[in-house]
Amino acid sequence: MIPISINSISKSYGKLKALNNISLDVEQGELFGLIGPDGAGKTTIIRLITSLLLPDEGNISVFGMDSVKDFRKIRNIVGYMPGRFSLYADLTVQENLEFFAGVFGTTIQENYALIKDIYIHLEPYKNRLAGKLSGGMKQKLALSCALIHRPKLLLLDEPTTGVDAVSRREFWDMLRRLKNEGIAILVSTSYMDEASMCEKVALMQYGKVLGVDTPFGLIDKYPNRLYSLRSDNIYDLLMLLRSQSFTKSAYLFGQDIHLTIESDSITQDELIETSANLGVQLTDIKEIKATVEDSFMWLMDTKESTTHIQQ
Amino acid sequence: MVQNGKVIEVKNLTKKFGDFTANSNLTFSVWKGEIFGFLGANGAGKTTAIRILCGLLEPTSGEISVAGFNGYTQRNKIKRNIGYMSQRFSLYEDLTAKENIRIFGGIYGLTNKEIKVRTKQLLAEIDMEKQADWLIAALPLGWKQKLAFSVAMVHNPKIVFLDEPTGGVDPITRRNFWEIIYRVARAGTTVFVTTHYMDEAEYCDRVCILVDGVIEALDTPLNLKTKYGANNMDEVFLKLARKVTS
Repeated sequence: MIPISINSISKSYGKLKALNNISLDVEQGELFGLIGPDGAGKTTIIRLITSLLLPDEGNISVFGMDSVKDFRKIRNIVGYMPGRFSLYADLTVQENLEFFAGVFGTTIQENYALIKDIYIHLEPYKNRLAGKLSGGMKQKLALSCALIHRPKLLLLDEPTTGVDAVSRREFWDMLRRLKNEGIAILVSTSYMDEASMCEKVALMQYGKVLGVDTPFGLIDKYPNRLYSLRSDNIYDLLMLLRSQSFTKSAYLFGQDIHLTIESDSITQDELIETSANLGVQLTDIKEIKATVEDSFMWLMDTKESTTHIQQ
Repeated sequence: MVQNGKVIEVKNLTKKFGDFTANSNLTFSVWKGEIFGFLGANGAGKTTAIRILCGLLEPTSGEISVAGFNGYTQRNKIKRNIGYMSQRFSLYEDLTAKENIRIFGGIYGLTNKEIKVRTKQLLAEIDMEKQADWLIAALPLGWKQKLAFSVAMVHNPKIVFLDEPTGGVDPITRRNFWEIIYRVARAGTTVFVTTHYMDEAEYCDRVCILVDGVIEALDTPLNLKTKYGANNMDEVFLKLARKVTS
């Protein structure tokens, strides 16, 4: 019985096809990432798994139980942290936690070991109203509440959206620890760099899966030769590359430009020379392995799902 | 970037809420045509500072001038002379792209003729001429984002504030958005931007990192990387912002 098996799921909201024939498996011991921009269908998938939404077509099984017929049983073993803060703002930190423990017929003491690492940051504020907590604290409380009944499966909908780079890292460290406790975890994010924290990821766009694989697998499948170029004049370099016939794609990547070329149209030395002749000095050029973000962009470009106007 | 004129000038800016000091003694200037990155962990005081710079909040103490106007006595003039866009866009979903530009043009006091000219320019700049008569509700997120930016630019402000403009956007649209930012900055508009994407910090002319309400660092990405012995801005940010207890 694997934690999640999604079979040919489709879901529409009126005319909008939010999910179009999606199939995915989340295996035991996997930290699984749904990666994609807003509007990709990530929240819809998670809400279907939690049984808060019904699919139009297809079925989902959670540890062998059907998401429609067995929804009561599923809700008992799933921990869910929605994208929007959904705790009781007018209850204190401790009251919220006690409430969720009570609903699931357990106590804080019983599962304290599981949430200790997270809750320890909150304990000094346990008598503060949840609505008065900072963003980071609210997030930790929401996670504690989602864990208090020691779920077998944890579903997290964009837990790191709007969270700064440091706190995002700490949050992923927490997820790694929970995974090692044997909890299956499905997490959605629009940050491509978070893919590397997952065992397996599904890249999503406009209700479709562009690819499912391990982060390494995705990178291995990237078919293009990829160069990373640097210059003191990065914007001019970008515009220059875009105007050249050898360029397949050129995108900014932080301080670098990632360039793919039409097959063997130009060598590395020729690239340096061409740029210099056209007035832009390269300060660095090297062939690199793709990142998950490169892979996502390539898949976006090639898959038909980029015909994104649905009306 | 040529340093020709300051568009924002802030000296010893402090903002307190009761006992809590959200901004402490901030001093910095932003140049015409500069892309100025404003970074910090959640709760570091970015939002407060931006609200002050936009004329929405009065500082507790310190000197502040934005687009040539005083941050205490001319706050309404500041509001009229800046552009602002946040990730929660201010577009009307049940109006078309064109109608949105018109309504904001009207609010900022443009004449009908000016609005007509601007509408054409703006839609061309973001390559959305064909979608001029589409309802906002029917547009993909990335396009809404670009249009929201255009709307923020409708009155040709000297400075535009972008508060996490690319959150949740796909990687290609995110990059297109930054190319628009570059173009606008080169044409002389100052861009004041916050982001949680550290690769985007690299695209800024200068970056200011706020930690617990204090400016911890302010320099070009290159100088910051050299100073902190970091390979990229992500590492710089981790080194500095780690001090914060969240």
